[in-house]
Amino acid sequence: MIEVRELTKRYGSTLAVDALSFTLRPGAVTGFLGANGSGKSTTMRLIVDLDRPDAGQVRIGGRRFGDLRWPLREVGSQLEAKSFHPGRSARDHLAALAASNAIPRRRVDEVLDLVGLASAAGRRAGKFSLGMAQRLGIAAALLGDPPVLLMDEPVNGLDPAGVHWIRDLLKSLAAQGRVVFVSSHLISEMALMANRLVVIGQGRLLADTTVAEMSAGAPSLEAAFLAMTDASAQYRAGSPARTSSAPASRKEGSS
Amino acid sequence: MTALAARVPAGHYRFRHVARMEWIKLRSLRSTWWTLAIAAAGAIGIGVAVGINTRNAAGDLTNNALAGIIPSLLLIGVLGALAVTSEYSSGMIRTTLSAAPRRPMLLAAKAAVFGAVAVTVGEAASFIAFFAGGATLRHGIPAPALTQPGVLRAVLLSGVSFGLIGLIGLGLGATVRHSGAAIGVVVGGVYVLPTIVGQVAHVVGVYMPIIIIGNSLTTTKPQLCPAHADYCPHFVSAWAGLGLLGLYAAAALAVGGCLLARRDA
Repeated sequence: MIEVRELTKRYGSTLAVDALSFTLRPGAVTGFLGANGSGKSTTMRLIVDLDRPDAGQVRIGGRRFGDLRWPLREVGSQLEAKSFHPGRSARDHLAALAASNAIPRRRVDEVLDLVGLASAAGRRAGKFSLGMAQRLGIAAALLGDPPVLLMDEPVNGLDPAGVHWIRDLLKSLAAQGRVVFVSSHLISEMALMANRLVVIGQGRLLADTTVAEMSAGAPSLEAAFLAMTDASAQYRAGSPARTSSAPASRKEGSS
Repeated sequence: MTALAARVPAGHYRFRHVARMEWIKLRSLRSTWWTLAIAAAGAIGIGVAVGINTRNAAGDLTNNALAGIIPSLLLIGVLGALAVTSEYSSGMIRTTLSAAPRRPMLLAAKAAVFGAVAVTVGEAASFIAFFAGGATLRHGIPAPALTQPGVLRAVLLSGVSFGLIGLIGLGLGATVRHSGAAIGVVVGGVYVLPTIVGQVAHVVGVYMPIIIIGNSLTTTKPQLCPAHADYCPHFVSAWAGLGLLGLYAAAALAVGGCLLARRDA
């Protein structure tokens, strides 16, 4: 279980995440929805301790990410597609990660097979297409067979077959009783993949609900999302407490 | 999740695990080996060239044979900086920290691995340069021997200086994070600055890393001043120089480590 409590992060005068609280439970794919610049990636970065919050906290099974005993065996994360050195082969990249958490070496070949990169394992990862880079990131996230998976826009750059594959993969991982948290700005994709939804706008929680609940009473999930985020934007524009009307865009550029 | 979480084995990741990761990362990049090979070849080649052209048997022949160390250290310092900054430029840092979030431990492991590799290559280059530089002496000048006073110390410390300059580069890399800027700081701070300071303020010049290596660590006899020189620098002793260099490396790593721990990655 992941508990996000009153999480707040500022970049300069921009409030990227604003007293955000939600809980992620095992056994479901939870979609993380929000417009570009709404704070999705920042929240992800705060969960895995890449950025330090100005207030609030995240607990993963009761502990801070930095206090995990075997981080890769407890949380698998993929925050951006290209999170590897371009000069290193996929196999060496994964072998280095495996060593850091005493993960058996054979697991490297297992995950390479699983994501369909076995034939490209010896090539320098810098030559990979975006789709292959995504697969390498997914392989790294799965390396420690962790009970928690965090993915930021994992379908970016994947072809239709790849999108279908990751959808099935994440659903099956959730069905095994894992926490699966996936951000996307593709509402249609979320409608197919997720059971639960966390929706944010301008760093604040707009909804913590199920896909069924959110799409009830609207023509589609997309319509429901647009209505919700639109209302949030209008509310924000009228709020004098806002320090900036510009969305937090620091880490969202690629999303 | 309870059942899955229970599968996580006992114990926790330790320094040795992180060091093993850093070793695989370092050795799996071709650029590491190219840079180290060029640094070693440069040190040896210059030692040979100086040996061939030496005419003064009374000079410090050991120091001559090690003359190529200084330019090679430039590459080692830059390689050390890149060991950190390339993680930021590639995005690898996100993955590294997701595997080993304890940042001071991460930098310590990186420093231990890179330092060990740099010292190993440095010792090999220094000994080969020493013997090659001695073997190519002409004009009937006898080659220096390791058994002569101060010679073994000079050659050994020459190799150690690879590690220390590498760690200074690593610490500066962790401090600056941007590859271009870090290379600028290493080249400027370790090479250009001493040259300028050496001209302007001789007293401070002798405490500059490169001056320490060239005139304290790798010398076997006191450097003589020309009779009509208006200034004669008092270089620090070899061991004091080694201590100073160690202090510089520790300071660079401490600053880099503190910033790494405090800043957003």
